[in-house]
Amino acid sequence: MKRSLIKGGRVIDPETGLDGLLDILIENGKIVSIENPQSSIVNHQSSIINASGKIVTPGLIDMHVHLREPGHEYKETIETGCLSAAHGGFTTICCMPNTDPINDNQSVTDYILKKARMAGTVRVYPVGAISRGLRGEGLADYGELKAAGVVAVSDDGNPVMNAQLMRRALEYGKGFNLLVISHCEDRNLTADGVMNEGITSTRLGLPGIPNAEETVMVARDIALCELTDARLHIAHVSTEGSVRLISEAKALGLLVTAETTPHYFSLTEEAVTGYDTNAKVHPPLRTDRDRDAIRQALADGTIDVIASDHAPHSSIEKDLEFDQAANGMIGLETSLPLSLQLVEAGLISLNDLIARMSINPARILNLVHIGLKPGNPADLTIIDVEKKFTVDPDTFRSKSRNTPFTGRELKGKAVLTMVGGKIVFDDERQKH
Amino acid sequence: MRLAEKDILDIESLSVERIKNILDTAEGLKEISTRPIKKVPTLRGKTIIHFFYEPSTRTRTSFEIAAKRLSADTVSISASTSSIAKGETLVDTAKNLEAMNPDAIVIRHRAAGAPHMLARLVRASVINAGDGMHAHPSQALLDMMTVREKKGRLAGLKIAIIGDITHSRVARSNIVGFVKMGAEVILAGPPTMIPMGVETLGARVGYHVQEAIKDADVIMVLRIQKERQQALVFPSEREYAQCYGLTEEKLAGVKEDVLIMHPGPINRGVEIAPEVAEGPYSVILEQVTNGVAIRMALFYLLLGGAR
Repeated sequence: MKRSLIKGGRVIDPETGLDGLLDILIENGKIVSIENPQSSIVNHQSSIINASGKIVTPGLIDMHVHLREPGHEYKETIETGCLSAAHGGFTTICCMPNTDPINDNQSVTDYILKKARMAGTVRVYPVGAISRGLRGEGLADYGELKAAGVVAVSDDGNPVMNAQLMRRALEYGKGFNLLVISHCEDRNLTADGVMNEGITSTRLGLPGIPNAEETVMVARDIALCELTDARLHIAHVSTEGSVRLISEAKALGLLVTAETTPHYFSLTEEAVTGYDTNAKVHPPLRTDRDRDAIRQALADGTIDVIASDHAPHSSIEKDLEFDQAANGMIGLETSLPLSLQLVEAGLISLNDLIARMSINPARILNLVHIGLKPGNPADLTIIDVEKKFTVDPDTFRSKSRNTPFTGRELKGKAVLTMVGGKIVFDDERQKH
Repeated sequence: MRLAEKDILDIESLSVERIKNILDTAEGLKEISTRPIKKVPTLRGKTIIHFFYEPSTRTRTSFEIAAKRLSADTVSISASTSSIAKGETLVDTAKNLEAMNPDAIVIRHRAAGAPHMLARLVRASVINAGDGMHAHPSQALLDMMTVREKKGRLAGLKIAIIGDITHSRVARSNIVGFVKMGAEVILAGPPTMIPMGVETLGARVGYHVQEAIKDADVIMVLRIQKERQQALVFPSEREYAQCYGLTEEKLAGVKEDVLIMHPGPINRGVEIAPEVAEGPYSVILEQVTNGVAIRMALFYLLLGGAR
């Protein structure tokens, strides 16, 4: 029997309401008990993980990641993406279907799951396509996808422009209890835009993307959610207007949930100044006002989830003229540290932050084991909230380097990640 | 005396003193172009590459003539006849050009920010000859030179810019430049052609042409691109000409000594009526003449003398 004891940490679990100095005993990959240090049994066979001065939380979940495999292995592989997740403190990730081939069928889902098992680090739940080939025409085979193991469907990267198709996706998805994740964008409004439309785009002479491109689609999808009474999750919320609409929808009791990403609460369109293609992302970085609304919405729970929208790109896609460069930035290894800055700034409690990064995504995805409870697999993250470091992409486990946060001084990061009792990342030992 | 700057990328990064210095230098060099032998040896042995990713007659010819009148060696590359057509990236092209040790690279590019990218990659001086909708600093400088020549000053003048501000790099550079030099800039055009937040550059926005030009000292007319109709920016050329085109009727009541300018190429009968383009107020061809002087000044200040 393999035992380990996580000793002396402050255990915070929003699911069970635990918050205190507790020891966690793990046997054969499962949590056996969570108890006061005085009563915990230290057995000769136990390996001890000293967590004193650290925070122990349920394993963090990033429900919006692009792993790029199959098809774009030069940007990221399932193996490197999973390792990057482990280093960022995540025990579970969801990968988006815009690979090549697209994950709109069982064989691609099987392939991803097989590669993730071989990588043997974090848990991977694939997201299938809403529409076959992400073409926005016909529905993908949700029954087959669900049976193969997808937890949600999304055309992420592309909006579903046809409202009738979106309606049918929400309705048909209900039959399989599949969550629909919507990338809200009206392509006609985006047109040839490459950054947020506003003062900065005017100054830089770059074609702008108005915030309404997102907000009008959020409004449409909320109306369709009301029509179909299906579960709708809105991806990467970036505008004040979207926040307002989501708040109203929630007040009406609609089954709407939402996520945002660290870049929307940490940066504004100003980051594009100097034509930095690492700051090119869709939806684009917005204004101070949007950023403040996103922060507020995270604090008050209007936005349920922080996800990274980890989008690896190589220099082939990024060392180009700004309008030619690909959208997206990596985020798995900066997501938690950037989120902890919100706690540091007093905007959100540590407990609520952990809810946004672990418990809420687990509930939205209908995962079976949630929180630190006896009997659950030992998926947990140990965080050192005092650890200071400078963001250096060369230390990342991701294959890609496209981050606008290089050089930023941050405080707080994951120091140990455990999945099913197995240590997949240990900052001190750097085993992996 | 050389400029402290390595590159000329936009007007924003030039100080008032620097702009005055460039205009003064251009005025001094203008005379060379009127000599029977239009050549001085100042930049002998310097190599200037003209790199035009976008079509251009005026700007390209103007830069080339300016370089030749200062005795620099010039090489000209266009997108269609270069490795760009074979899929070479700007970064790779830049590295290859750099390896041939040019002293200056003049670049015209479809993408805003491309000259900035090039400037970071090469030791040579980079002059932006127009990047996307962003900037066209030599055009703004030649416009300021033309106005200063005619009016004796820039401060306190009222400059009306009419047309598609959103898609115009000329408008952006002129707004920034004229505001910097103390002039008042008022914009007019269809609201679909006025970019969001343009007031933050220091310009005032009005939609009505006649109101904007009423007591203007300078009226700058911008080219209307036919392709913009597809972007739903305006309904038709006919409608544009009627509502926003500069016609003799609209000019009734303007200042007697008003200057009418256009960066070219003009669409006769669309944004400007032929009689107006050729009329007494027009300084359109003087702009072109001054363009050579401004570009000579830029080359001279970037490459001439000791740093």
